[in-house]
Amino acid sequence: MTRSLPSRLARLLPPLLLALALLGAWELYADLGTTSSFVLPAPHAVASALWDNAGFIAANLGPTAEEVGLGILLALALGFALAVAVHLSSPLRRAVYPLAVGSQAIPVAVIAPLLVFWWGFGVLPKLVVIVLICFFPVLVTTVDGLRAIEGEQLKLLRTLDASRWQAFRFAELPAALPAALSGARIALAVGVIGAYIAESQTATSGVHAGLGHEINADLTALQTPRAYAAAFVLFALAIACFYALSLAERVLAPWAHPSRGETT
Amino acid sequence: MATELQSRTSRPPGGAKSLRDPTKAAGNTIELQTVERTFTDRRGARVPALAGISLRVARGELVALVGPSGCGKTTLLELICGLQAPDAGTLESEPAVLMPQRDLLLPWLDALDNAALALRIAHVPRAQARERAASLFAELGLQGFERAHPSELSGGMRQRVAFARTLLAGKPVLCLDEPFGALDAITRAEMQDWLVRALAPTPRTVVLVTHDVEEAVLLADRVVVLSSRPGRVAGEIDVALPRPRGRTEAGVVALRERALGLLAGSASA
Repeated sequence: MTRSLPSRLARLLPPLLLALALLGAWELYADLGTTSSFVLPAPHAVASALWDNAGFIAANLGPTAEEVGLGILLALALGFALAVAVHLSSPLRRAVYPLAVGSQAIPVAVIAPLLVFWWGFGVLPKLVVIVLICFFPVLVTTVDGLRAIEGEQLKLLRTLDASRWQAFRFAELPAALPAALSGARIALAVGVIGAYIAESQTATSGVHAGLGHEINADLTALQTPRAYAAAFVLFALAIACFYALSLAERVLAPWAHPSRGETT
Repeated sequence: MATELQSRTSRPPGGAKSLRDPTKAAGNTIELQTVERTFTDRRGARVPALAGISLRVARGELVALVGPSGCGKTTLLELICGLQAPDAGTLESEPAVLMPQRDLLLPWLDALDNAALALRIAHVPRAQARERAASLFAELGLQGFERAHPSELSGGMRQRVAFARTLLAGKPVLCLDEPFGALDAITRAEMQDWLVRALAPTPRTVVLVTHDVEEAVLLADRVVVLSSRPGRVAGEIDVALPRPRGRTEAGVVALRERALGLLAGSASA
């Protein structure tokens, strides 16, 4: 492990350099003073806002992280189940697919009052919003994964006397697993912004209502540095979840990454 | 020619779940009478793939089918395996298992699990299925690679695992579709020797499709030459040579030239 440390550092160098360059440019631009700090706070102001409000932001991170985590898991389950159903039944595919595509165009604001009317001010309506946004990439990639098993493979399984269910269980299902996890990674990128949208659109009771709520409140109160600090935490949350899922994919479906350990 | 048939009568595509003892009684295992198969292409035109094929394969016989590409060899194998039904003519065959040209091993299973796939499908518990596959591995020169995944195996190794999977299906007829077609020349020659040795202890009825005339003469009891599309039987050659056969033996060379002559004749006709 000690010998791999320098090479690990070497791999961390490009993203660090890029981040530092972007931060430097942002800092310079903000310090030139052409924009108000209410519009664009400098990185050092954001950093000190993050430091000063660490406890407050952490308390708001809790509900948001919960929404994102649960939402992704539910979206994964729903997207996968729908994909299997749609794969096994073509009437169902013809019935469900257009609706699934269309569902992605529904502005959350339109249905938010109904969700609150049904489920109140708790976590449930927010989960519904996130699942609505996130199930779609899982559905699409999983359907593609299930279809990736070729006709030739299915013919072979038939000559081995496999039933339709066994062909599904031995070939299609394992093939779809890495595809579903890839879908979940795409879903994550939109899932974090989905949590912000959910919190913005559905009211919440309680003091620490989530980072989305906090950002909206801070922007209204001209606490722009703290809003930026909270946005930075969302940014970090998305990155952390993305790599956690990549790791899960490598553990659950190692065959999808034959050159294991060499690539990120 | 023996017309009496001990085999089951023709079966619908995908049917036939019964297993038979491959060593039981002599006679024809496969019998095709003027079998025709026509496909409809995307523009609705009818494309004949097989035009009146008649073929008998005796129990324990290794028959090689050679022909130019597109002569319907693969279609013929799929008919024998019950994956397709003939449009005309009759086809009777004992249960057959297909070994496709590409190994089609499942990348998430190790070599043993891949070889034991048919046993798992027959609801044999996993540990027991692996044990049976493992006993075959030594015979097939695969010992030490039981836990290797397909991505860790060479092309020749993968074909052997695919062959183990085919054997463990326990069917009396093996349909091998250009099993060594994707291999380099040296591995291919090794695998041909290997197949002769692997089949020696328990002879099976084998239908081997190949476009390599030399391979056909080296391995088969009988070579059936098919004409180009639509496929017809252009000629048959009995290979009454002792095994193992060397590719430079006078007998092998002579039969190879004869088969090539039949092929050339069928192509120009």
